Amino acid sequence: MTDQAQLLPGTLDLLILKAVSLGPLHGYGVLLRIGQISGQALLVEQGALYPALFRLVRQGLLKASWGVSENNRRAKFYELTATGRRRLREETDGWNRLAEAIASALAARPEET
Amino acid sequence: MKFPAYFSSLTARFLHRSQAEQDLEEELRSHLQHRADDLERFGLNRAEAERRARIEFGGRERFKEECHETFAGNFIETLARDARFALRKLRQSPSFTIAAILTLAMAIGANAIVFSVMNGMFLKPLNVPQAQSLYQIQRGRNRDPNQSYPDYLDLRNRNRSFADLAAYIVTQVALDTGGSPSQVWGVETSGNYFDALGIRPYLGRLFHASDEHGANSAPYVVLSYDYWHSQFHDDHGVIGRTVQLNKHPFVILGVAPPGFRGTLVFFSPRFFVPVVNREQVEGANDLDQRGTRALMGVVGHLKPGVTPAQATADLNSIASYLGKAYPKQDRNVSFSLGRPNLFGDQFGRPVQAFLGGLMLLAGLILLAACANLGSLFAARAADRSREVALRLALGASRGRIVRGLFTEAVLISLAGGGVGLWASVLFLRWLGAWQPFGNFPVHTPVNPDARVYGLALLLSLASGFLFGVVPLGQVLRTDPYELVKSGTKCTPGRRIGGRDLLLASQIAICAVLVTSSVVALRGLLRALNGHFGFEAHNSMLVTADLHMAGYSGKRVPLMQKKMINVVQRIPGVAAVGLSDYLLLNDATTSAVFTDRTTDLSAANAAADVYVYHISPEYLRAEGTTLVYGRPFTWHDDKNSPPVAVVNREFARKIFGSAEKAMGGYYKVSDGTRVQVVGIAEDGKYASLTEDPHPAMFLPILQWPSNSTWLVVRSGRGPQPLGTDIRNTLHELDPGLPVEIETRYDEMVTALFPSQIASVSLGVMGGMGAMLAITGIFGLAAYTVSKKKKELGIRIALGAQRKEVLQAALGRALKLLAFGSAAGLVLGILASRVLALVVFEATPRDPLVLAAVVLAMSLLGLLATWVPAQRALAIDPMMLLREE
Repeated sequence: MTDQAQLLPGTLDLLILKAVSLGPLHGYGVLLRIGQISGQALLVEQGALYPALFRLVRQGLLKASWGVSENNRRAKFYELTATGRRRLREETDGWNRLAEAIASALAARPEET
Repeated sequence: MKFPAYFSSLTARFLHRSQAEQDLEEELRSHLQHRADDLERFGLNRAEAERRARIEFGGRERFKEECHETFAGNFIETLARDARFALRKLRQSPSFTIAAILTLAMAIGANAIVFSVMNGMFLKPLNVPQAQSLYQIQRGRNRDPNQSYPDYLDLRNRNRSFADLAAYIVTQVALDTGGSPSQVWGVETSGNYFDALGIRPYLGRLFHASDEHGANSAPYVVLSYDYWHSQFHDDHGVIGRTVQLNKHPFVILGVAPPGFRGTLVFFSPRFFVPVVNREQVEGANDLDQRGTRALMGVVGHLKPGVTPAQATADLNSIASYLGKAYPKQDRNVSFSLGRPNLFGDQFGRPVQAFLGGLMLLAGLILLAACANLGSLFAARAADRSREVALRLALGASRGRIVRGLFTEAVLISLAGGGVGLWASVLFLRWLGAWQPFGNFPVHTPVNPDARVYGLALLLSLASGFLFGVVPLGQVLRTDPYELVKSGTKCTPGRRIGGRDLLLASQIAICAVLVTSSVVALRGLLRALNGHFGFEAHNSMLVTADLHMAGYSGKRVPLMQKKMINVVQRIPGVAAVGLSDYLLLNDATTSAVFTDRTTDLSAANAAADVYVYHISPEYLRAEGTTLVYGRPFTWHDDKNSPPVAVVNREFARKIFGSAEKAMGGYYKVSDGTRVQVVGIAEDGKYASLTEDPHPAMFLPILQWPSNSTWLVVRSGRGPQPLGTDIRNTLHELDPGLPVEIETRYDEMVTALFPSQIASVSLGVMGGMGAMLAITGIFGLAAYTVSKKKKELGIRIALGAQRKEVLQAALGRALKLLAFGSAAGLVLGILASRVLALVVFEATPRDPLVLAAVVLAMSLLGLLATWVPAQRALAIDPMMLLREE
């Protein structure tokens, strides 16, 4: 577990949006998907997921509906709304720009300054 | 934020909170199940897997709570938290909290009470169907609400604007239901009264226009519900029973519905009888006299679609007909519409004006209270500036801190409003049951209703915001870095500036209140000791209704003479006089003419004068000073020439002067020439606040009258004297109904407005004084505690007591002086309004000015006493050691 990266504040929402953009998921599924797409590098605390899901629903980025899971259990499934999809795109762009900027900043060598 | 989503989750929070909770609960359970499924796949048994899943999940309740917070409703949550915090803060300073709540309770209570009375008298509709279209007809420019019966008939039959017009006269009768007769108040009404008002019977039937067939044709009586309930104990068998009204048999027809009290808001009649039977009820029939306007009110509903202006025009076309047809009685008459609640606008307007004035004063009290609390809050906020700075430094937003302060203010104002309302409800209950006029059934419709509660709530919230806003600027200006660095307050100069203004205006308001109450109290004292044209001390009144006892015609004067003689013989009685009416009780007026006038129509009258028919000893018994000439004798009877004693105003108005009037002649309304044989001093005839009015006294032997008042002058105590009088008259005629009271008791009605005005203004003044004390005390105590160090240094450097006091309290006293002066001037301007109600309320009275100045100085002394002691008691050594 020590090789897992710490989640930066604000990134959980982005991860959830990404996970759900790949197909409707229930809460536990979101956790698994995040683990899977991050190569198990990012682990979200289980309980902390739900306040974030509620927040996204309230902001109108996700919509929720009850359904039946692959385990044949009742579960609440989340999927992206149109707004959510647009937000995901914007956030992804923003994140990429930031990451590139930080990466290039960190890659700087003494002779380049 | 998306509003639809916000609101839907807000509603979800309140309406479906349990459902949302279940939803969340189920979702979390589903999560745990899925996790447990996975763990099971790793080889754990089911129970172990579920346990592990729960442990991994962590603090379930905490996450649930976090989810709830993301549901809208944040506002409410924060509010609750603010309220809890504010309560904790307030509990830390209980004396401040209690003082603030009581101050507000007083102010809001006063407002609620005055408004309730206003509400009951004017705003609430009368308890009749469609009360808003009900009007009373008033006569002439001075809006006289009294009409004569023939005029009423013409108005009723000729108008096209009213659905119907009903007439009524308030009256008192001896009602005998089989036991002993008792004096009961009720109304005589026109036959169509109930139908015109749209009243249906509760029991039996009511009388109608079709029951009237001329004089004394309808011996029916309808009882009010309350009277039936209390006197007949809800007995359904009373219908059809015969009762004796002034010894005439009347049949009980029915019972009026509960809550119906006629059209007067302050009077609840016990019974209703047809006015056509007035001769039996009153002993004399004056219904056929167009010139006699007994206290007959005429009311009716406007037809749908008719405006009051149209109705007035319609009535005035009838008026011009009346003027042509009956020039003697109705020349130049005009009509207007008034509100029926208080018997027309003539009485209603002054009452309304007075209540409006009281409302204004109550509002001022509330303003003063808000100013008071505002400065207290500002001082508190200044003391808490460190706390505020700390919270700001720790990242609290200014908005949050301001909201917290507002929450405190609103909590206090709501508590104050609640306490005030509770107290006023208690008071109003008492007021509602109050019967100030003996057996005259007063109904005080002041029970608070939704409007009153709404007003109290509104005032509480408004005042909370008003005084909560005062420390706002201060908080917003706070600079945490400065404050934490320096450790003490920043420059105090500016902050005090606003507070000074607040306090000065508060004191000015209080001085207005104190001034008006002093003016009113002085007026009342004068009213009680003033001169009314008779002497109220050592005077008893006896009234006996000879008509009720069956006397009539020639037997009346004989009986009256006998009564005077027997009462005269009672030991200790100095003088006994008889009159048909009493000064300040019940005044009738009559037109008089100069001796040269031959056309005796109302338009040629020299004056309308008050008329009293008196026995020879009357003026002496009343203590009325005879300025010139002689009193009557028993020889001034039908066989001798008609004579009169007139008052000074009469002499001045008809003859030019008292000297010219002596021995002069004038004519009374029936044309009789009367010679003036004496001039009496002026008196008060209809009300205490009236201007001098002409009046004449005529010998009762020349103008016999049934109505009998005996004025008994005696130094003996009212109790034993009353018993003697009663026994003596009982010996004379056991069947004679007699009422005995002191002159002061009888004057209650006349003094009532002044007394009410004085008491209410006195209470307001007292409240103002209390607010002034707390305001000055607050400032002085605060200054002393803030300036402790400075004062200590001054004392250490050898300052004298005087200098220390000046440094500590100079500012408070200066404010007191400024505020009082401003308030005094305003109060004097305002009390012109008081002169309308309060007897001889003149603010330009040196005694009033002196009393106000003295009162305000005393208040100042009282309020600064404790802080002054505290300032003088400062021990510099202690202070230095503390630092």
